[in-house]
Amino acid sequence: MTSAIPAKTTTASSTEPGPRLSRDDTGTKTRKAPKQYSDRVRAERRLGWILAGPAFIIMLLVTLYPILQAIYESLFKFRLTAPGEREFIGLGNYAVILSDPVWWSGLWTTVFITVVTVLVELVLGFALALVMHKALKSVRGLLRTAILVPYGIITVVSAFAWFYAFDINSGYINSWFAWLPGIDENLNWFAQGGTALFVIMASEIWKTTPFISLLLLAGLAQVPDELTEAAKVDGATWWEQMRKVIVPNMKAAIMVAVLFRALDAFRIFDNVFIMTNGAYGTEVLSLLAYRQSISRLEIGLGSAVSVLLFLCVLLICFVAIKLFKVDLAGSQGGK
Amino acid sequence: MPISRRTRSAVNSRRTATVVAGMVMGTLVMSGCGPAQSDNALTWYINPDAGGQAAIAQKCSEESGGRYTIETSLLPSDAASQREQLARRLAAGDSSLDIMSLDPPFIPELAEPGFLAPVPDDVAQSTTENVVEGALAGATWKDELVTVPFWANTQIMWYRKSVAEAAGLDMSKPVTWDQIMEAARTQDKSLGVQGAQAESMTVWVNALVESAGGSIIVDPEATADTIELGLDSDAGKAAADVISTIGKDGLGGAGLPTQDENGSLIAFQGDSGSFMVNYPFVWPATTAAVEAGTLDQAVLDDIGWGVFPRMSEDQEAAPPLGGINLGVGAESDNPELAYEAVQCIVSVENQSEYFVTNGNPPSNTEAYEDPRIEESFPMAETIRDSLQVAAPRPQTPFYNEVSTGIQQTWAPPSAVDPENTPETSSNFITSVLRGEQLL
Repeated sequence: MTSAIPAKTTTASSTEPGPRLSRDDTGTKTRKAPKQYSDRVRAERRLGWILAGPAFIIMLLVTLYPILQAIYESLFKFRLTAPGEREFIGLGNYAVILSDPVWWSGLWTTVFITVVTVLVELVLGFALALVMHKALKSVRGLLRTAILVPYGIITVVSAFAWFYAFDINSGYINSWFAWLPGIDENLNWFAQGGTALFVIMASEIWKTTPFISLLLLAGLAQVPDELTEAAKVDGATWWEQMRKVIVPNMKAAIMVAVLFRALDAFRIFDNVFIMTNGAYGTEVLSLLAYRQSISRLEIGLGSAVSVLLFLCVLLICFVAIKLFKVDLAGSQGGK
Repeated sequence: MPISRRTRSAVNSRRTATVVAGMVMGTLVMSGCGPAQSDNALTWYINPDAGGQAAIAQKCSEESGGRYTIETSLLPSDAASQREQLARRLAAGDSSLDIMSLDPPFIPELAEPGFLAPVPDDVAQSTTENVVEGALAGATWKDELVTVPFWANTQIMWYRKSVAEAAGLDMSKPVTWDQIMEAARTQDKSLGVQGAQAESMTVWVNALVESAGGSIIVDPEATADTIELGLDSDAGKAAADVISTIGKDGLGGAGLPTQDENGSLIAFQGDSGSFMVNYPFVWPATTAAVEAGTLDQAVLDDIGWGVFPRMSEDQEAAPPLGGINLGVGAESDNPELAYEAVQCIVSVENQSEYFVTNGNPPSNTEAYEDPRIEESFPMAETIRDSLQVAAPRPQTPFYNEVSTGIQQTWAPPSAVDPENTPETSSNFITSVLRGEQLL
């Protein structure tokens, strides 16, 4: 990954020699060979490694070791309070997990939360980014701060705030929104999956939309004004400018935002833990792993759930990065 | 110029390095990673309370005449998180666990692998005199005292006198669940019970099953593979019948599926309050609310109390039992000193004081003689009577699995079916214990 960064940089600036993607007259991509780096590129690469190397090595130490340990532990039947009964069972834990409906319902709940929150956040975040981008200079700072406030709040704190707002005993939502059909003073939001998930997702969206809007704002700022002006001159409507000029030019920013948020949302824990603790159909995978490893102290089974969760995250990364690469080439390698 | 600038920047970076190093050292010292404490310092891991345990720690330290000093360290607020932290520390051989405040159901899990230092005979003898039966049972594992009973908690029945009168109930005699359910139905009020998918659900199920003459686990000392549950029995079905009726008929109010002890107290203090099973904290909480002006004095005057409701007229109830026992970590550097401190902590005088100041009832019946107790807790006698007949939750090293399994199958109350739930619940817990299912 690290070594690819200078290569990408050189690809983007057409004056630099080095490996780059180019298109022939038919538009098909070809790779230029052989790889011959100039002194400057080599020096840049070396500098890149020197700068990023220590962090890379520390990252490996603090992440690789626990990952390998978890994979190893997942092959054992091992309970922390019964160390003498540790027993190697191969893939037995995985068989138990994958044949258990609890895992699958947890997986679907997690996927559902991820898809819904990321989609809603993307739309809202885009709208907020547009507002921030277009706002008058005098209010821009104030506006950005106001929009960022939820993101600055600790998730556990915001989870409690949302929980108490909707709680049937102490909440005010039921009396404020009693005029809406389906809401009255006897609505217990956390007593069934549908309404509980609604509150959990609303809290999640409220909290992290600012993050996505910041990333999108950075993307918006990169769209050259000349392009939108040219489109305007050509008589494009606002919608056409958006669809044909702005969005295609910020695809990379959108993909980064979606990937980061999807990975984050897939590992959702705090909101569910505080509001329902997984009760009534709100169980998510992180909570399932927590329950096996931390509550039950079943290190083997818990590690296996964590490893499966890790594989799911890897899969999301893999899919997104593949898409991401295509987009990068599409937006930068064009004529 | 460049040279002097470089020198200045070197000085600056050295200064920065010194400041950073100082901050790191400061943090380490503050977080307890600094030099070892003196030899006679004991650490007592306490559950959060109103400052009572810290006061006792200070008092005992002073009384010891310098033989030891007890420092308290706060555990998380709920029992399950307290257990998680203690179990992890004990398994890792943490030597700072000199004294621990332990919730009785989790004691077998810590005693079985030898995480607790054995109680010396003389300590066992001096700390178990006049201790209520249930608290002793909770302090014991495999017929051996493994912890020292400190305070004991139990649920009693709280009721609104006006509602009981309107329903025509004679509250001078014990009442049954059928009677209070009928009263709530005819008076259009809510019963204060704990229907949330939480530990309080296990407490309720256990009390109902025990009151009906059964028990959740037939042989508590069995291993995970051979454990046999007593839920799928007449007692289990009777318990399911009560919970299911309250849930399906809406007798617990709309908040029931998420209601814990605090939630039921809030509902009980409101207009729909009628009968409630709950711990003694109800009294100080309600008097404090009246003093703060957030609750009418009339509500306080309307509150009465009695022992836990019965399952049938002719069988005594087995109310829930809780509380805190004191354990000493097996890896503690000073187990003898720790047990000496434990003896001081659980003294009759300290138990009375703790009840008066923090509302946690003594496990020693002698402590109830203190005249201040009757003054602060007019229901102290009911509490003591309740403790004498209270039944502990299943004493098994697999309590966490059993409890979580019950919570997942018996909540919400409206989904409980007397015909199926006890059986489903038994099968689920058994297969979790055998490692065939996730929890």
